[in-house]
Amino acid sequence: MEQYLIANTLSYPILSAILLIPLVGALITLFLGGDGILKSWGLLVTLLTAVVSLPLYGHFDLHTAKFQFAEVYHWFPALHLNYEVGVDGISVLLVLLTTLVMPLCILCSWSYIKERFKEFVFVVLIMEAAMIGVFICLNTVMFYIFWEAMLIPMYLLIAVWGGPRKDYASIKFFLYTLTGSIFLLVAIIALYIKTGTFFIPELMAHQYSYQYQMWVFLACALAFAIKIPMFPLHTWLPAAHVEAPTAGSVILASILLKMGGYGFLRFCLPMAPAATMTCMPYLLALSIMSIIFGGYLALGQSDIKKLIAYSSVGHMGFVTLGIFLLNDQGIKGAMLQMINHGITTGALFICIGIIYERTHSREIKDNAALGMVMPIYVTFLGIFTLSSFAFPGTNSFVGELLVLVGAFTKYKLVGALAIPGAILAAAYMLRLFQKMVWADSDGHGHHDDHGEGGGHHALADLNGREIVTLLFLAVFVFWIGLHPTPLLKIMDTSVGHLLHQIQSGSHHLPSHHDHHAWLLQVGTWVKNLAVF
Amino acid sequence: MQISLFLPELALIAMILVLFFASLGSNIKTGSVQGLALIFAALAVVAAVLSFSQQGLMFFDAYRVDAFSQTFKVLITGGLLLVVFMGPGLTGIEARIKPEYYLFLTVSTLGLVFLSSAVELLTILISLEISSYALYVVIPFRRHNGFRVQMEAGIKYVLFGAVSTGLTLFGMSYVFGFAHSTYLSELSRVIPSLLLEQPLAVIGMVMMMCGFFYKLALFPMHFWTPDVYEGAANETTTFVATLPKVGAVALLIRLVVLTGVEVGQFTWILATVAVLSMTVGNLSALVQDDLKRLLAYSSIAHAGYVMVGILSVGELGMSSAIYYIAGYVIMNLACFYVIYHLAPTGENVTFADLKGLHRKSPLLAFTLAAGAFGMAGIPPTVGFTGKFVLFTAAIDKGMYALVILAMVNAAISAFYYLKMVRAAYSQDGEQQTTVVLGMPARLLGVILVLAILLIGIFPQSFIALAREAVAVL
Repeated sequence: MEQYLIANTLSYPILSAILLIPLVGALITLFLGGDGILKSWGLLVTLLTAVVSLPLYGHFDLHTAKFQFAEVYHWFPALHLNYEVGVDGISVLLVLLTTLVMPLCILCSWSYIKERFKEFVFVVLIMEAAMIGVFICLNTVMFYIFWEAMLIPMYLLIAVWGGPRKDYASIKFFLYTLTGSIFLLVAIIALYIKTGTFFIPELMAHQYSYQYQMWVFLACALAFAIKIPMFPLHTWLPAAHVEAPTAGSVILASILLKMGGYGFLRFCLPMAPAATMTCMPYLLALSIMSIIFGGYLALGQSDIKKLIAYSSVGHMGFVTLGIFLLNDQGIKGAMLQMINHGITTGALFICIGIIYERTHSREIKDNAALGMVMPIYVTFLGIFTLSSFAFPGTNSFVGELLVLVGAFTKYKLVGALAIPGAILAAAYMLRLFQKMVWADSDGHGHHDDHGEGGGHHALADLNGREIVTLLFLAVFVFWIGLHPTPLLKIMDTSVGHLLHQIQSGSHHLPSHHDHHAWLLQVGTWVKNLAVF
Repeated sequence: MQISLFLPELALIAMILVLFFASLGSNIKTGSVQGLALIFAALAVVAAVLSFSQQGLMFFDAYRVDAFSQTFKVLITGGLLLVVFMGPGLTGIEARIKPEYYLFLTVSTLGLVFLSSAVELLTILISLEISSYALYVVIPFRRHNGFRVQMEAGIKYVLFGAVSTGLTLFGMSYVFGFAHSTYLSELSRVIPSLLLEQPLAVIGMVMMMCGFFYKLALFPMHFWTPDVYEGAANETTTFVATLPKVGAVALLIRLVVLTGVEVGQFTWILATVAVLSMTVGNLSALVQDDLKRLLAYSSIAHAGYVMVGILSVGELGMSSAIYYIAGYVIMNLACFYVIYHLAPTGENVTFADLKGLHRKSPLLAFTLAAGAFGMAGIPPTVGFTGKFVLFTAAIDKGMYALVILAMVNAAISAFYYLKMVRAAYSQDGEQQTTVVLGMPARLLGVILVLAILLIGIFPQSFIALAREAVAVL
């Protein structure tokens, strides 16, 4: 085991701590009363988790692809099930993203959630523990347990505090993800039967036959493609996003979707490299379709939240595109893009929540022409809009650029096909921004719709709490946009190792006489077309 | 004969005698009857635990006490204790027959306890009948608020029971005809080769199992389940839905072990039955409105999951089946616990009654959620760990298709379990009167929730126990 892990050398078990603090915090919540106390408690616990997690960044060893800060305890020896946690360059940033976003989720619900605050704080804290668990555990069963355990709080978030169609949205979300993950469980058990271990690093190092890889890949990919979500499995996302309360949307956009991408990087690529190579053309094609389709649908939305939800489909398309390019720039771009999407889209959902609290509508026309009324709000909205369509200087620019560079270095056609997605993003985001700030292109607001200015003059601009929330995210937008090197360095060694694994695993690719030859044939055909 | 071998049975027999005399008295109070039942049920559990490490043969080798039988005895007597504890006051049963009610429940339990030790075909049949006959009597026991329904339930249970007993007996005659013995130890030597050579032996074995399919509510012997669940009083349904299933699993494991490790043709039959059971159960449960009917259909589906473990044959498969059925009993009890407390006069509970439950009683709502999420197989509940171990055993045997079908079924079932949770946590409820729970009832709720979570998170010792039990087979 030592060959894969570097034991935790900090004075406290950092990974277990960030897993346990929210859990214990959630249990204590049950004994607290009073909305004010509950809110403060939720904020305190999430902030504490965030602070405790920070050494992960400071003490991260950049020169190793091993899993760091590792802890191993026995749990269920009869089935070789252990408690194994650790982080590498692929997961550490996602852990930090989770711990840093969660306090914001409490902050943005401060006045948005009006009832059952106790349950709300409980559910959010359980959610945080489960999400951290997914990113840090090195055991497939624990991974699955956290992966599934997350469904219940997310389901409750939508079903209890959601919008008018919350029943439909929550059930759809639950069933889609559950169906996907069921195949993941079959794959996990099948891998165990084959190798006799649930330990992820060992599973990654193991060599599987091509046919076996294909099955494992398909089973896992289905689960992850639903979670990300990838066209055509994305239909649960807009419904869930629109109906979820702001905190739910933020968690969904910022962290939950990332689990699909993380799953691809952690399971599919290293465990089934040859199968990944074979399926790459199809996944690239699906990614391109996600980008274009998501952007196209976003363009036609009149509901702000729906617009951002569809834009997520497009953005996550860039993530899968980067992952399946299987080159250094592509994967790093994808990983950076995951972080960026977490920051930017999370922020946009917070912005929507803020305006919804004031106007009780998410329709663009009801929230038009805010420029003069809410200058601070509009400033932040502008920053995140720019970031969303990857304006140079913002975080998304770096990620998207890396993915596109990766695409053009590998297959020019893929790069060329992805470009319209970027243009579409600019189109729908600028349209949204223009409408919300200045209304019609001729300069008239929709004030008539509301009679006497629609009451917009009464709208209060951001308060201190909201400014702090958005400012925190805005700092990251520019920090990553202008100085992405530290983040890229963290990924460097792990991505290099991953690519090496794929390279060395791809010699398992079968000859054309193999019975998967037809699949390969089509693959080669698409590939030839793509390289011109 | 060592008396200590027979300790749990003796405790139950003592309980039956005491209840019998109690039933002769005309004005005995409900509270004291329940107190008696509770004390003796607890004694039975203690006896089962004390005699856990005992082993030996009794009654001309027809009755075997070993780790396997003792594990089931602990499960069954423990189940009885919980069932008695769960229904204080017996609100759904007429006052004058309350002692009889407990009496017959105990007789049925005794039959199941016999069943877990029986290793001879006729002993098995008689044990099965003891447990069934008592239930034939108990099922129509209900306050007169829907006389037709409870009679229908009683008659259905008798008729289907009679048919399944007939089939079992017919199957036994086939097996006896081929093997010339009724002792399982003798049969296990000849049956595996017979199954390969004689197609009729396969038919005989399958027919013999029908009686246990009936108890477990497994397809195609499942038709009685929804009507009986619906028609019987809530307390009775709680019993019918849990304990007989444990007994049936014990016997099915014994009978499948008879067929040898590589069962081939036989596995196909059982796998088909398992898949049909899951599919029929889950699809029918989707459209139910009465909670007891829903749980009935879901129990048909769960019987299918258990079969997946049983037909995986090996040690892991069998032990996973035991673990799963034990977990299922707890989760099912959690759901029935909620139903019982939601129906103060013993009426049936529908989705409409669940609405706004979290306001009326957060504990009931949470117990229901734990039970429902557990049965849906969501981590970290015992339902998830159970399914996980079951499917590991099945994949180990290479039954990928079966596992995938079972998984898809689990996903379908999530829909109606979620419907229950959603109803319990929905905002709107007609009447917002709080449900007052006494201290014992609260305690039971907390115990059930903790059991669902803790046995799921720390399955180690339970699986080890189950493995120890099946190792002696």
